[in-house]
Amino acid sequence: MEKLNPEIRNQIENELLTTVGRRYRQETFWVIFLALICVGGTVAWIIQLQKGLGVTAMRDYVSWGLYISLLFFFVGVSLIGAMISVVLRMSGATWRYPLIRIAEAITLSAIFFAGFMPVLDMGRPERLYFLITHGRIQSPILWDVITIATYFIGSVIYFYLPLIPDLAIMRDKLTHAPKWRQKLWRWMAVGWENNLQQRRLLKKAMFILGIVILPVAISVHTISAWLIAFTLRPGWDSTIMGPYFVFGALMAGTAIMILIITKLRHGYRLEHYLTPTHFNNLAKILLALTAFYLYLNINKYGVPAFKMAKEERFLLNDLFYGNHAFLFWFTQLVGLVIPIVLLSSKKIRHNIKATVAVAVMVLLGALINRFIIVVPNMLHPFVPIQHAQPGFASYNPTLIEWTITASSLAGFVLLIILLFKPFPVITMWEVIEGVEKHKEKEMGVEEFNHIQNNPGHAN
Amino acid sequence: MACGNNCTCDGDDSRRNFLKSSVATITTGLIGGSLLNSLVSCKNSSKSEGEKVNVLTHDGKLVAVDKSQVANFKPHISEEDVRKGIPGKKFVMVIDLAKCDGCGKCTKACNKMHYLPSNKEWIEVLEMQDSPDAAPYYFPKPCYHCDNPPCTKVCPVDATFKREDGIVAIDVDRCIGCRFCMAACPYSVRLFNWTEPVNPGFIETTPAAENVFQSKKGCVEKCDFCPHMAREGKLPACVTGCPMNAIWFGDANEDAVTCYDGTTTKLSQLLEDGAAYRFMEELGTEPRVYYLPPTNRIYDAKEIKIDNADSEK
Repeated sequence: MEKLNPEIRNQIENELLTTVGRRYRQETFWVIFLALICVGGTVAWIIQLQKGLGVTAMRDYVSWGLYISLLFFFVGVSLIGAMISVVLRMSGATWRYPLIRIAEAITLSAIFFAGFMPVLDMGRPERLYFLITHGRIQSPILWDVITIATYFIGSVIYFYLPLIPDLAIMRDKLTHAPKWRQKLWRWMAVGWENNLQQRRLLKKAMFILGIVILPVAISVHTISAWLIAFTLRPGWDSTIMGPYFVFGALMAGTAIMILIITKLRHGYRLEHYLTPTHFNNLAKILLALTAFYLYLNINKYGVPAFKMAKEERFLLNDLFYGNHAFLFWFTQLVGLVIPIVLLSSKKIRHNIKATVAVAVMVLLGALINRFIIVVPNMLHPFVPIQHAQPGFASYNPTLIEWTITASSLAGFVLLIILLFKPFPVITMWEVIEGVEKHKEKEMGVEEFNHIQNNPGHAN
Repeated sequence: MACGNNCTCDGDDSRRNFLKSSVATITTGLIGGSLLNSLVSCKNSSKSEGEKVNVLTHDGKLVAVDKSQVANFKPHISEEDVRKGIPGKKFVMVIDLAKCDGCGKCTKACNKMHYLPSNKEWIEVLEMQDSPDAAPYYFPKPCYHCDNPPCTKVCPVDATFKREDGIVAIDVDRCIGCRFCMAACPYSVRLFNWTEPVNPGFIETTPAAENVFQSKKGCVEKCDFCPHMAREGKLPACVTGCPMNAIWFGDANEDAVTCYDGTTTKLSQLLEDGAAYRFMEELGTEPRVYYLPPTNRIYDAKEIKIDNADSEK
């Protein structure tokens, strides 16, 4: 391992530090736009709190709707951090370095909103503390609360640990920043001097945490799946739910990852660091995941469809050619089959715009799929729905629900942007170390001696 | 179960008698205590010369008091009592589908008892048809108070719970409104208060799970087997509301069930003779409600029109 030329090192640090505290016009627009949606959602929520859940379209048959669908979506997306940081670390994929902080930011934001969605869905949110004072550990909801909280704390630590050396760089370099910021950085950098012992300790901590956080991440989503798999309802009463949720989640998370890094690449001018290699590699992962998810879907729907047992039959007829057929086939075709075909082509994977388009399709499919998992099942219970009052035997979400849903998604993106604001988007020290250890090409970043045109650098 | 001695008595009976007598002693003790207080407090004011009753005070004296003093007495029911259930009981319901003509009077009586609006039904009368060739029949569906209840298993805060007397109850002072129990119930029995319910405007002193009026905004509610009636030894509203004698209610420990006209019959005999079954037995929820199949119906079944929102059309 050779030491990186200090000039190149300096160049990388300067480049990556430019985004810290700097305002971008497009970014400001997005922050204001998303914040406005969140304000709308807050107003809708206040109305819902005052009038009760009657303002939603949920009724006794469809007693869970958009909010629980979104809970499953957010819990799912939060898996991306564990996948990029841990799975790719274990498989020795060096191109992960520039992506780690982005993935962790997505995870943090997603798990925060995953914790928030059930509160929106509760009939009596003011009794939330009953979960602690009267909690019943046998209930899967308690398991969900515990794993989500554990994963949130774990993710905060996992976000913070690799930040320490970067904070030290900021502390040393950005001496023109306001005093309070410098103070904060100094405090958060906990006396990092970048010596060998500190590095060894940090690596060890990250390794251990990585090992611990992976099962937690998987359990978070598996337990969410169990919320519905533990019931006796046709369609939900299935052993495939755990893996079905986990892989659907990884797929959605990868799609979001692709979308976020395109925005960052252009918005923050990170073309040197987030390169077509990353898009290609993520697209390959997305291809594998969509293919596997299609396989799981064939199992989930195909096996009962062959048997057509009585209760399942009503549900499957509804999905295959009933009221929900359009949404169902959308998730299967636009969300899975077409992306698989498109991503199989090298041409598309190497074209960033095309990859992004496919990611949008996968993401839309994944979002609608959550709805397909939750709602049609509730419309087909064992006991026939008879003499239903108007609005009880169907589910058409109200404006309040749509507003709250939109603002949760907006808040999710907003929180990601805000997490990028005070810190460099890309882990500086890991990129530097990666360049020292591996060739730039392996990491997917541009070759820095080209940028700098520095003859002293061996690579 | 025999007691092991050489005596000829039936072990079960002797235990039941023992339970009965001990309950009686406790009750008299309580009455005595509260009466003494009231006697002290209204020593001179009570002048009404009504019917006298003899009561045993806690120190062993037999006192004759005015009956009006005793009639108003109601034992205090604590939160713990409600969660435990009525001691020594195992409530059970039998619904005779051959007798049910779908008049819906059980629903009306229940709604009246629990102050429910007409759009809420704790006991719902469905029209069922098992196969296109079989004639349809009416199917009253209360809460089944399962012995392996899917709903109580998932409740995160113990707001819905299984009592020792077999009843699955809801404590609306505890319910957080997550509706997991509604998703878990395979019988779609549970209802949710999406908006503020109309309050009948009286105050109940019993803990929430045995209240007559159980609707609370943001909380779940369902058929509760009328435990407040059972405490007084009375039948649930649906049973006393069914003029067809189609609903039987009683105690499995006593092996006796009673219907509208007061006929009390042996539960085991009724189930055996009637070839009783439980709804969706294959789910393993072990319901405490039995059905007698709709054979030899006493009404014209062909007239039943089925209005399924979810049928194979």
